[in-house]
Amino acid sequence: MSTESLRIVWVYPDLLSTYGDRGNMLILARRAQLRGMPVEVMEVRSDQRLPATADIYLIGGGEDGPQALGAQRLLADGGLHRAVAQGSVVFGVCAGYQLLGTSFFAKGTRCAGLELLDLSSDRGPTRAVGELAGEIDPRLGIPALSGFENHGGRTHLGPGVAPLARVTAGVGNDGATEGAWRGKLLGTYSHGPALARNPALADLLLRWATGAHQLPPLDDTWADRLRAERRAAVAAAARV
Amino acid sequence: MPLRAKVASSVSRTAAALSRAAGRGDGSVIGGWIGLKIDPDLLAHLSAGRAIALVSGTNGKTTTTRLAAAAVGVLGRVATNSFGANMPTGHTSALAKAGSTPYAVLEVDEHYLAQVLEATEPHVVALLNLSRDQLDRAKEVAMMAQLWRAALVRHAEVRVVANADDPMVVWAATPPADPARGINAPHVTWFSAGQRWHDDSWVCPECGSTIQRSGEQWWCTGCPLRRPEPHWTVEDDGVLDPTGAWHKITLQLPGKVNIGNAATALAVAAEFGVRPVDAVSRLGTVTSVAGRYAQVTRDGRNIRLLLAKNPASWLEAFDMADEAPTLLSINARDPDGLDTSWLFDVDFAPLRGRQVLITGDRAYDLAVRLEVNGVPFQHVRTFDEAVRTAPPGRLEVIANYTAFQDIRAELDRVN
Repeated sequence: MSTESLRIVWVYPDLLSTYGDRGNMLILARRAQLRGMPVEVMEVRSDQRLPATADIYLIGGGEDGPQALGAQRLLADGGLHRAVAQGSVVFGVCAGYQLLGTSFFAKGTRCAGLELLDLSSDRGPTRAVGELAGEIDPRLGIPALSGFENHGGRTHLGPGVAPLARVTAGVGNDGATEGAWRGKLLGTYSHGPALARNPALADLLLRWATGAHQLPPLDDTWADRLRAERRAAVAAAARV
Repeated sequence: MPLRAKVASSVSRTAAALSRAAGRGDGSVIGGWIGLKIDPDLLAHLSAGRAIALVSGTNGKTTTTRLAAAAVGVLGRVATNSFGANMPTGHTSALAKAGSTPYAVLEVDEHYLAQVLEATEPHVVALLNLSRDQLDRAKEVAMMAQLWRAALVRHAEVRVVANADDPMVVWAATPPADPARGINAPHVTWFSAGQRWHDDSWVCPECGSTIQRSGEQWWCTGCPLRRPEPHWTVEDDGVLDPTGAWHKITLQLPGKVNIGNAATALAVAAEFGVRPVDAVSRLGTVTSVAGRYAQVTRDGRNIRLLLAKNPASWLEAFDMADEAPTLLSINARDPDGLDTSWLFDVDFAPLRGRQVLITGDRAYDLAVRLEVNGVPFQHVRTFDEAVRTAPPGRLEVIANYTAFQDIRAELDRVN
């Protein structure tokens, strides 16, 4: 960690906060505090400088206009690039995932991305809306992804990234793979408060940020019940 | 009315009565559905000869419609879709059931505003607010504002009553005029009802720049869009009208949000020539609206029902609810939207210190949210279990749409 407390930055909540994106910040902060880590959370608006020294950066979903504006401001600011160069963790969701790549489509035009992940996004034939599930890259050592997706994009991965998961339900990047990761950067189409249904993913980000190989376990009874219920709902929908 | 419309209207009323008698529903949709099958222009035929107000927006439209109908009632009989059936089938049912009335006040689902403007040719349309609501299905907020704006360009003769506090609404209500091509700007009366929810309007819908806020004022940093001076405002527990006269508002509905809804209702009625001084006492006759705010006593528990459909309306519900045991019920069926992410846009902290019970199809999503929020809770499987678990006295029930309807059905479709 950069300082004595874990510093979490929520990037541009004024632009990139479509649906419950705040949840990821709240969940990370709580899971760190329950392990006795002091936490500092910062919401940095798009008219402010982005600090380059935080441990975790969260980038949420957004409509086309705010997504394009957010990417422009992040490119002009440069803070996120400096942070990544220093080994910070970045977690991008939906529009925030797309803009980590080399390019994406918003309002019918191709927009330049941050080029932090080797991937590009364009428009798919249909909007992907519904439950999203997948088996996560075994090297990450965490249980299956459970989420909800709502996006019109399709994302093409280059050789410089690995898919986060193999899709078992829903669309994700292209119906086969979902999300991407490289180093301590990770993106997903599981939108909004993706970490609510994936506490192990939250802990992975915390381990990356702190360098800890293991974290003391927490009582995840309710999250486990939620995951089981969603798994059953996805299985029931597949049988119809 | 043409013969086909008369037949359609009569069949529509019969079907609605059958639906109610069979205990299948309010009859507020099925009758209109059948009527429109027989005569697709039935809504236009039923609207002809009536002076009509439409009320649309993400939140508050059912209650505002009920209050506006009460206020316009000063002038004569008013037809209204007071069960919240707010699509063209519901409008058709409501007008057919009411028979011939000089006035109508209709709540309109925001997606259908353009279509209903076309069919009913209203005298006035009230635009309340636009915020995120069921994003897995509904159009994104900026796109909805664009649809409203385009519809108003085609109906520049309609008088608009619009919310000065919501940048999306202000932009929608002020399409550019082009008198040379016969396009006039609509006449707008602005109201300020106080708005708690700002998270959907930080980016200007006109130019994409940041919107700045200071107190109640807001302005775009990149173009001339800014808060217009409101003609009607809420002040303390009353409403200031455009002449500067203040009217005390005494309602049987809870919360500051309903004083704001009352201000809007008075502004709508004023477009028909109703003086606020004549209308305020009628607002106090409204008790509950399609079960919202209804109170029922069961097993010694005084149960009050509050509907909260999206982040903005949850904030209002916490403000209205008493410091009492509270049951929260969450579903995610089609009418609710299938996505529960919005739970993290709501701060449940005001519930700390109250006994909190949770239920509904998606109680586990809520459980995870409350745990992160530091709000202790107890999960119950049924509404009956909730009633048994709560101590005698007030039990506040806050539920989203289908969860609310489920509980209302348990309470014999209380109104």
